[in-house]
Amino acid sequence: MSDAATAIKASEAGTDSAVAIVASRTSVTERILRVVIPVAMVALAIGLWQLHITVNNVPHYIMPAPLTVVTTLFTDWPTLYPSLLVTLRVTLLALALALIGGVGLAIILVQSKWIELAIFPFAVILQVTPMIAIAPLLIIYIKDPQTVLLTCAFIVAFFPILSNMVAGLKSVDHNLLNLFELNGASRWQTLIYLKLPSSLPYFAAALRIGGGLSLIAAVVAEFAVGSAGRGSGLAFRLLESGYRLNYPRLYAALVLLMITGVAIFALTSLISWLLLHRWHESALKREN
Amino acid sequence: MLALTDTTLAAAPATDTAKGRVLVSMRNVSKLFSNGTLALKDMTLNVQRGEFLSLLGPSGCGKSTALRIIAGLGEPSTGSIDWPSSQLDSRGKPKGDIGFVFQEPTLMPWATVFSNVYLPLRLSGVSKSDARPRIMDVLASVGLADFHKAYPRELSGGMKMRVSIARALVTKPKLLLMDEPFAALDEITRQKLNDDVLRLWRDSGITVIFVTHSVFESAFLSNRIVVMRARPGQVYSDLPIKTSLTRDSHYRTSEEYRATTDTVSRALQEAIEIGAAGK
Repeated sequence: MSDAATAIKASEAGTDSAVAIVASRTSVTERILRVVIPVAMVALAIGLWQLHITVNNVPHYIMPAPLTVVTTLFTDWPTLYPSLLVTLRVTLLALALALIGGVGLAIILVQSKWIELAIFPFAVILQVTPMIAIAPLLIIYIKDPQTVLLTCAFIVAFFPILSNMVAGLKSVDHNLLNLFELNGASRWQTLIYLKLPSSLPYFAAALRIGGGLSLIAAVVAEFAVGSAGRGSGLAFRLLESGYRLNYPRLYAALVLLMITGVAIFALTSLISWLLLHRWHESALKREN
Repeated sequence: MLALTDTTLAAAPATDTAKGRVLVSMRNVSKLFSNGTLALKDMTLNVQRGEFLSLLGPSGCGKSTALRIIAGLGEPSTGSIDWPSSQLDSRGKPKGDIGFVFQEPTLMPWATVFSNVYLPLRLSGVSKSDARPRIMDVLASVGLADFHKAYPRELSGGMKMRVSIARALVTKPKLLLMDEPFAALDEITRQKLNDDVLRLWRDSGITVIFVTHSVFESAFLSNRIVVMRARPGQVYSDLPIKTSLTRDSHYRTSEEYRATTDTVSRALQEAIEIGAAGK
C-alpha cells in the first residue's frame, strides 16, 4: 500500500469510522428496566385479577382465579397437551407451506407482468373471501378434518406473504439492477444475489404477520369445522370446556394459546432480527 | 500558459484517429427516449487508449446518457458503438472490459465491503478463494484494506465511494466509466478522491471517461475535456489539456490550472448559451 493510501485510511478511520461504528450506548439501568417494566406490569395485572376473585368471592364457574388456572393447567395437562400439539402442528405446517408457496409464487409472478396479471386475481379472491365462510364447503370436498384446518390456515397466511414478497422482489435498487446487467448477470444470479437478499425486510414482515395469522386461522377454522377425538386441537377444548362450564380448563386452554402466540411472535421476531440486524434500518438503533 | 493556447478551443478533430489507439468510438449516435426527449443527436466521439477524458456539460446535455450507451445500458436509437480491438461477448459488449461507477455508491447494504467488491468476480464465476487476493489488493489500493469486514452503513460517504471504485476496478477493466461519482461529496473528500483516481489511473494505464458538471474537477483530472451542449445533446468542443506540471495540490493553485479552468469555463459558457438558444 502506498503512503498516500495509508494516510487516507488513517485519517478516514480517525474521523468517520469513530462516528459511524457506534457501540451500544444503552446503559445498564435502561437494559434492566426494559425487562423489569413489562414483567412487572403483567404480574400486577395477574395480581389484580387474583385480588378481584378473592375479595369479591367470584365463583369459579363464572371466572376462575389465576392460581386455579395454573393448577388446572397441571391437572388437565394429559388432555390439553395432545390438543396443543395438534394446534401447533397445524399452525407451523400451514406457516411453512404458506412461506414456501408465497415466496415461490412471488418469484414466479415477478418474472413477467403477464404471469402476474393472469394469477393475481385468484390470489386476491382467495384473500377477500372469509375463510370461515368457505370452511364448511371445504369439509365436504376434503374429507379429513385435519387437512381442512391446514388448508384454512394456509389460505389465511399465504396472501400477506405473497403480497409482501411481490413488493419486496420489485423494490430493488435500479442502479444495482444496472450493475448486475453490466456484469452480465443471468436471471438466476440476479434473483439469488440481488432480488432475494434485498427483499429480506419484506420477508421478515411477512413472516411475522403470517406466523400470527396462521395460529388465529388454525383456531378459527377448528371452531367452524369442528373436530373430535384424538385429532382435537385447543379450539375444540375451548368449546368443549365452555359447554361443560369447566371454566378453569377453558382458561387454561386460552393461556396455552396465548403462550403459543407469544412464542411464535418471539421466534419470528428473532428470525427477522437475525436476518436484518447487521444492515437494515428497521433493526438498527438511531445513531443520535 | 503557453501549453494551452486558444487554438485548442476550436472544435478540433480528435488528436489521433489511428485505429490502433482508439479503444471505443461512438459513431453518429442518437438517443430518442420513449417520452420524446432527444437526449443525443449525431454524437461522434473517439476515445483513445489510456486517455482520461471528461464529459462536461450542463444538465440535460446527455453526458450521462452517452456514458450509459457506451456501457451498454440501453441501445442507441441510431448510430453505433464500436470497439475496434476488443473481444466482444454474445451481447456485443466487450468482455469484462468495463468498470462503472455510479453517482451513488450503489452498494448492497446486506453484504460486507468484501462481498460487495467480490460481486463482479462472483457473477463471472470466480471462486472466493481465487478472488480473495485480487479483492484485498484493490481494497488496499483505495485505502480500505482494514474495512473488508465492514458493512456499508458503517462507512462514510467517501469510503462508500471508494468501495464502489474498488468494485469497478476488481475485474481489471480496460475502461472505467464514472458518472458524476463525487457530486454528492463535500469538497475536501472530493479532492482526496480526485487525487486517488488520478493515482489509480497513472498506475494502471486504464482509460477513464468521467462525467461531471464541475469545470474544476474536469480541469484537474483530465487530459482531454469534451464539452457538450444541450438540446440536442452533442459535442460542442473538444479540448486537449496539456500540462508539464504534476497534478497535485500545487497544481491546484498554479497559474496554469487557473488558465485551463478559464478556457474550459468559457467553452462551457458558450455551450450553455448555444443550448439555451437552440431550445
